Amino acid sequence: MSYIAKPKVHHPALKPNAIGLTRRDYEGAITTLCAGCGHDSITAAIIQAFWELDIEPYKVAKLSGIGCSSKTPAYFLREAHGFNSVHGRMPSISTGAGAANGDLIMIGVSGDGDSLSIGLGQLSHAIRRNVNLLYVLENNGVYGLTKGQFSASADPGSTSKKGETNTMAAIDSVLLALTLGATFVARSFSGDKEQLVPILKAGLKHSGFAFIDVISPCVTFNDHEGSTKAYAYTREHQIPIVQADYVPHRDEITTAYDPGAVQTVTLHDGSSVNLRKIAEDYDPTDRDRAYSFIRDHQARGEVCTGLLYIDPTSSDMMEQNDVVPAPLYNLPYENLCPGSTELEKLQARYR
Amino acid sequence: MSNRVNDFAFKIATANGTGSASANGLIMQTIFRMGIPVTGKNLFPSNIQGLPTWYEIRVSKDGYTARTPVFDLVLALNAATYAKDVAEVRSGGWLVYDSTWPLDPKLIRDDVTYVGVPLAQMCGESFKGVRERILMKNIAYAGALAALIGMDPEIIRGLTLEKYSKKPALVDSNQKAVALGYDYIKANFDCPLPIRLEPMDETKDSILIDGNTAAALGCVYAGATVGAWYPITPSTSMMEGFKGFCTRYRRDPETKKNRYAIIQAEDELSAIGMVIGASWAGARAFTPTSGPGISLMNEFIGLAYYAEVPAVVFDVQRTGPSTGMPTRTQQGDIMLCAYASHGDTKHICIYPCDPREAFEFAVAAFDLAERYQTPVFVLTDLDIGMNDWMIPKLTWNDAYRPDRGKVLSAEELEAAKSFYRYLDVDGDGIPQRSLPGVHPKGAFFTRGSGHNKLGGYTEDGDEYQEVLDRIARKVDGAKDAVPAPIIKRTAGAKVGIVTVGGCHAACAEAVDTLIAEGTPVDYMRVRGFPFNDEVVEFLNSHETNFIVEQNRDGQLRSLLTLETNVPKSKLESVRYYSGFPMSAHHVLSGVSSKMAVNA
Ligand SMILES: Cc1ncc(C[n+]2csc(CCOP(=O)(O)OP(=O)(O)O)c2C)c(N)n1
Ligand code: SF4
Ligand SMILES: [Mg+2]
Repeated sequence: MSYIAKPKVHHPALKPNAIGLTRRDYEGAITTLCAGCGHDSITAAIIQAFWELDIEPYKVAKLSGIGCSSKTPAYFLREAHGFNSVHGRMPSISTGAGAANGDLIMIGVSGDGDSLSIGLGQLSHAIRRNVNLLYVLENNGVYGLTKGQFSASADPGSTSKKGETNTMAAIDSVLLALTLGATFVARSFSGDKEQLVPILKAGLKHSGFAFIDVISPCVTFNDHEGSTKAYAYTREHQIPIVQADYVPHRDEITTAYDPGAVQTVTLHDGSSVNLRKIAEDYDPTDRDRAYSFIRDHQARGEVCTGLLYIDPTSSDMMEQNDVVPAPLYNLPYENLCPGSTELEKLQARYR
Repeated sequence: MSNRVNDFAFKIATANGTGSASANGLIMQTIFRMGIPVTGKNLFPSNIQGLPTWYEIRVSKDGYTARTPVFDLVLALNAATYAKDVAEVRSGGWLVYDSTWPLDPKLIRDDVTYVGVPLAQMCGESFKGVRERILMKNIAYAGALAALIGMDPEIIRGLTLEKYSKKPALVDSNQKAVALGYDYIKANFDCPLPIRLEPMDETKDSILIDGNTAAALGCVYAGATVGAWYPITPSTSMMEGFKGFCTRYRRDPETKKNRYAIIQAEDELSAIGMVIGASWAGARAFTPTSGPGISLMNEFIGLAYYAEVPAVVFDVQRTGPSTGMPTRTQQGDIMLCAYASHGDTKHICIYPCDPREAFEFAVAAFDLAERYQTPVFVLTDLDIGMNDWMIPKLTWNDAYRPDRGKVLSAEELEAAKSFYRYLDVDGDGIPQRSLPGVHPKGAFFTRGSGHNKLGGYTEDGDEYQEVLDRIARKVDGAKDAVPAPIIKRTAGAKVGIVTVGGCHAACAEAVDTLIAEGTPVDYMRVRGFPFNDEVVEFLNSHETNFIVEQNRDGQLRSLLTLETNVPKSKLESVRYYSGFPMSAHHVLSGVSSKMAVNA
């Protein structure tokens, strides 16, 4: 999908954002996924989030592994570079790309197979490194692209389309991310755009690894009764805990909320996120309590959604490694090569 | 017997983890500073403490650097290997041992002179504390050796002062230990021995350096900014070296922030993924590893080949298969690297023969990777990577600028009518490239799945094949860009000796010997793959070529048969793959046995 200049005539009804782009400018190729696939709704939310944030598409890098979910970067931001890499290894590609060019706005899209089986190691270590990346795990409980095998996120007792029952414990990506020290952890539902778009926006603005698990039903292989990742099941069991509203500038914070239920966290660049808590005693900046809260609800069969945890003091991999702010790939060679005189001098050491 | 001035070899047997490295380094450096060509080979176990380790030093006035299997003197300081060490002294040679304890009479040979030095006893009396006694025993044996072979005590003193300039107490204890050994020998034995040193002037333009350090320095000079790795012997010291140099040369003078990023990955799959990601985003990125790491990287290497992303991989080869002997050397990955990954692939490989070339080829590797937009393998081995070699000083041409290949700038993209990532616009098989974040017109979708020349997804057979064929042409085109073979012809030669990488030292010496003995031979050292025409011409110009290499299956020979039109019958194989560096003797015996059969 290389660039083909297209006429810049827009439908007058399409609203431009602050940089004059319409939602259409954030779209990509036509999807080839099954009609009704949850992944397509997430793509739409991603388009919305980038549009609302007024991000120039070419400044973005879209990365993915392999799977139906991993195909989706082709379906948004056609003016951004994409990298559909190998199965389960998108985190390492992102880590390298982020190291080379810290100015890239990176979004990674993965599936539950891609992230929690073959790629569990890479996901874990990218979390530990706090790579500056919005990581979207499109979680359907199955391997879609290889036709419906259980994935590691399938809940015990859930059944496959063919009628087999999963007996193994599930790997819960949210609890895992919390355990590994993730600095931004969210869960949402592909059918809840209201909730999802603001989380994506906050995730894009977060400095470090923003992890969001989105329950995204596979209509072809895992949307039947007995599946805990089906539309019906998720609608019934989802409980929104924290609604996140992304606020571009500090001075724009409104006081529309009941102060007791709203917590405001300020991000690196001065923008902020207002966290509207449905459960009053929930503190999305307390990792341990978030963990046990989510676990307790899980034991009751409830799926907590929202921006579940955020560490506003997070510093990403490059900051932690004390790397210059200018992108490494572009540093002038003169600043990288010590030169012949220095080489001569250095070699006294080897005599 | 007559004196053998500046032409002998000795070996020091110790247990690892006892701190003998600094004593061995002191000995090497003293000889080097006396102006005498010298090389050292560290034969060490895959263990942290207590297993046998040997350090072999060869002094060669003629400048030969290969390992030699004949030892004039052995310093046997490890009781566990006494028997083996005694057996290794050549007839008429010397055995130095610690006479604090009596030697088992069974170990006495009557064709060897025994030199007993009460090292442990002397150090026990002169130093306090277990650790210091053990460490100083090493320095004391260096002192004893200094007296035996005539090392210059002033140079030893100078080296100690340099090394411990910030720790005067250590200068004193080291000097004291040297004197213990030195004075004991002077007082009790006739010295120096007939194997002895006399100052020369042959090392002033040389340095002593290992290949990993030199390759790391090459990465710094090449302008590499991202290094990803997972520790594995024998490549580990390369990233440590890179880090050291970066700390010195890559700090922003004002902010003190780093102009580099080193990422210790969770495994080699991740390390190569990081390199590919960083290269894709436009940085010069590399990973040092060894055979097991390359095995793990295979899937990703195919992606980089097919999606045409540069990547520089250093394979410091060790003994396989599997974990093999991790601290021993081999050239076992020649085939693996040439064709790494599934499907049709072929990779640019370059083969340095010593640390000097490791430095130069490191730089070349980045230029090749970016020019050809493909993975490039730099294959060294444990012997090159970890041993100190005497090499001519490294030089640098300040006019050098990195060859970033056909990367389009924002201005070029803006001006372009269209941009298609995989289109062969120049007819050389090398398409134009764009980097993420630079310009909207440069955007394309990088993928390992089928794509056509416009960069679009395809499952169309013809479209797929067209791209794959172009990539083959592109990589074949690199044959004239990889380092050309080094060829040395001799009048009257009927056979050729052909080798690669670190076998050079042994082969060059063997070639000299053959010529001196009246058998003229031609010599070629292959330095790059795909093979260029000179390689093919050389092979075809001899009825017999001896392909000398360090692996069981004759991998260079296999590659030559697969990738040239040279008949197999012209390629005889000479191999040595015990895990120790090759010596001229292995080449000579291999060649002569085959010549005898063929005669
Ligand atoms: C090394 C490797 N092994 C196996 C596969 C086959 N494969 C492709 S996609 C996939 C599973 C994808 O599942 P998930 O990540 O959940 O994505 P979904 O299709 O469900 O969105 C597998 C096993 C592969 N591409 N590569
Ligand atoms: S198979 Fe499932 S996951 Fe894949 S596209 Fe169809 S609905 Fe979506
Ligand atoms: Mg899935």
